[in-house]
Amino acid sequence: MEKIKVEHLTKIFGPHPERARRLLDDGADKDRIFSETGQAVGLADVSFEVQAGEILVVMGLSGSGKSTLIRCVNRLIDPTYGSVWIDGQDICSLKRNELLQLRREKFGMVFQHFALFPHRNVISNVEYGLEVQGEPAASRREKAGEALKLVGLEGWESAMPGQLSGGMQQRVGLARALAVDPDILLMDEAFSALDPLIRRDMQHELVSLQERVKKTILFITHDLDEALKIGDRIILLKDARVVQVGTPEEILTSPASRYVERFVEDVDKTRVLTAGAVMARARVVAYPNDGPRTALHKMDDESFSSLFVVKRDYTLLGLVRVEAASEAASRGDRTVEGIIEQDIPTVTPDTPLTTLIGILAQWTAALPVVDEQHKLLGVVVKAGVLEALAGGGES
Amino acid sequence: MDITVPKFPLAELINRLLDFLTSHFALFTKAVSNVLSTGIHDMVAVLMYFPPWVLILVFAALAWKVAGWRVGVFTVLGLALLWNVQLWYPTMQTLTLVTIATAIAMLIGLPLGILAALSQTAYRIIMPILDFMQTMPAFVYLIPAIPFFGLGPVSAIFATVIFAMPPAIRLTALGIRQVPADLIEASDAFGSTKTQKLVKVQLPLAVPTIMAGVNQTIMLALSMVVIAAMIGAEGLGGKVWEAIQRLEPGKGFQAGIAVVILAMILDRMTQRIGRRGSTGQ
Repeated sequence: MEKIKVEHLTKIFGPHPERARRLLDDGADKDRIFSETGQAVGLADVSFEVQAGEILVVMGLSGSGKSTLIRCVNRLIDPTYGSVWIDGQDICSLKRNELLQLRREKFGMVFQHFALFPHRNVISNVEYGLEVQGEPAASRREKAGEALKLVGLEGWESAMPGQLSGGMQQRVGLARALAVDPDILLMDEAFSALDPLIRRDMQHELVSLQERVKKTILFITHDLDEALKIGDRIILLKDARVVQVGTPEEILTSPASRYVERFVEDVDKTRVLTAGAVMARARVVAYPNDGPRTALHKMDDESFSSLFVVKRDYTLLGLVRVEAASEAASRGDRTVEGIIEQDIPTVTPDTPLTTLIGILAQWTAALPVVDEQHKLLGVVVKAGVLEALAGGGES
Repeated sequence: MDITVPKFPLAELINRLLDFLTSHFALFTKAVSNVLSTGIHDMVAVLMYFPPWVLILVFAALAWKVAGWRVGVFTVLGLALLWNVQLWYPTMQTLTLVTIATAIAMLIGLPLGILAALSQTAYRIIMPILDFMQTMPAFVYLIPAIPFFGLGPVSAIFATVIFAMPPAIRLTALGIRQVPADLIEASDAFGSTKTQKLVKVQLPLAVPTIMAGVNQTIMLALSMVVIAAMIGAEGLGGKVWEAIQRLEPGKGFQAGIAVVILAMILDRMTQRIGRRGSTGQ
């Protein structure tokens, strides 16, 4: 079931939200609304769900409303219209102390500039959430110690935040959020202030940490590479509205608008695109009981130099090349069965492009994409990979 | 042709208000007066119980520990000089007045500062009053002090507290308000109540600024207890006041220099405490 559900969330900053709302309903953009009514639109009719255990990345440039969005989820900012549901509970209807209770139980938050308390040492920073909950000193120290271990900072308990590097400070921030064992992690540009190498490490670590802790994570970023790397799904925000929701691959291969396309242009696609995105359908195949001449004819029609041989249920048997087929034809073989090359490389739909390029560099024919039952799903040819890298994506 | 504009009876109104206060709060002011004069008397008695050299060493050790050896040495030399020119007793009287006035100013100022920091309404009410308190000539506070508490050190403390309190309130409010927004947000995100946020995050981070307020309050208190000699506060101010009346510039400056020495010692020590607070540990 969905852990977080956001419905028609709208946030308008200013004393007269109703004026802005009328214009919003007419489809006006936030600049026009601001110049006409003086109201700043933070979010306009945003709806989405986050499933338990999922990493949802909210991605957008500054001013797109992503920070407002993450703060509406734990009501650090009160939504103007719309509703936010956490585990089926409408949090906008909560009273002040119910809200405090919800924040204590369900949320851990990580901030862009770490927001560590400079007057507390590492361990008492990590303990903060437990301390606020009234946890006894001994058990909160123990839990905080475990959280520090999780982020690889054992031994730094008594250091002051100011003595740590940025990357280490953010690990403390992460440990502080994990120490309360929340269901949901809210990460607000958590890695944006780190330098690129550290940032990549932290992204890796977050993904592997997530394997172990299985939290529901709402992650905010302005960096598409980061979004693609850690997101199970991505929401793209622009000017307070949702432009596209989808898996990393959907965003890359079928950008919903020119705006998304422009984002996607700069991405290092080899790392995010997979065989599934660049493969073509295998329209023409050979069957084991086809004669060599039939196979030659099929190749001739498509000007292929080889054909995949499959059973009727598309289980891949191998490959016949044009040279072998013509030899077999002149020998007078009745079927292609004898000339099938069985020892060929195969890939699965989620093989990344980097691996594909490596294989294609040493392989002289098309590359079959198969599922777990070894059924042929499609083929990857060099041209398709190049085309995807050039930006088309739809091959 | 004369146009007679009726005079607005501002002075009379204030007189009537003060009369009202003196007659209706007499019980309260008497109580305060008793408690305070006992307190002042006892503290001076305690300070004078020890031979001066013992206290000089104690103060010097304290200054050394808090603010380093330079201030420690300065404390020894400065206080020894005051002892030598026979200003030890008035110096202890002044120190007592400053200490008590500062303590009361902080006791009132700290909560008001916190209130002004947390509530915008309180801020809008308190800040103009502080402006008023600070721009009003300091001497004026001496006048109502007399009907309230009579001539003497208690009146001096009353006037001093009013005069010296504004920076304590202002800097407490400032210190709390300038705690970075993301730390407040972090505290909120973990479900802190307002009190938890104040005690665990806002106040500890405001300590350096609050200590700057304490420092300023002490300095203002010191200058005011000297002025308050006019209404019977004893101590170094009394010596200055005597020197004015007898036209003895040498004695006047001697007492003045004693005030400067006391001010420098107190200033260096409280400044250092504030700075220590700001480094975190």
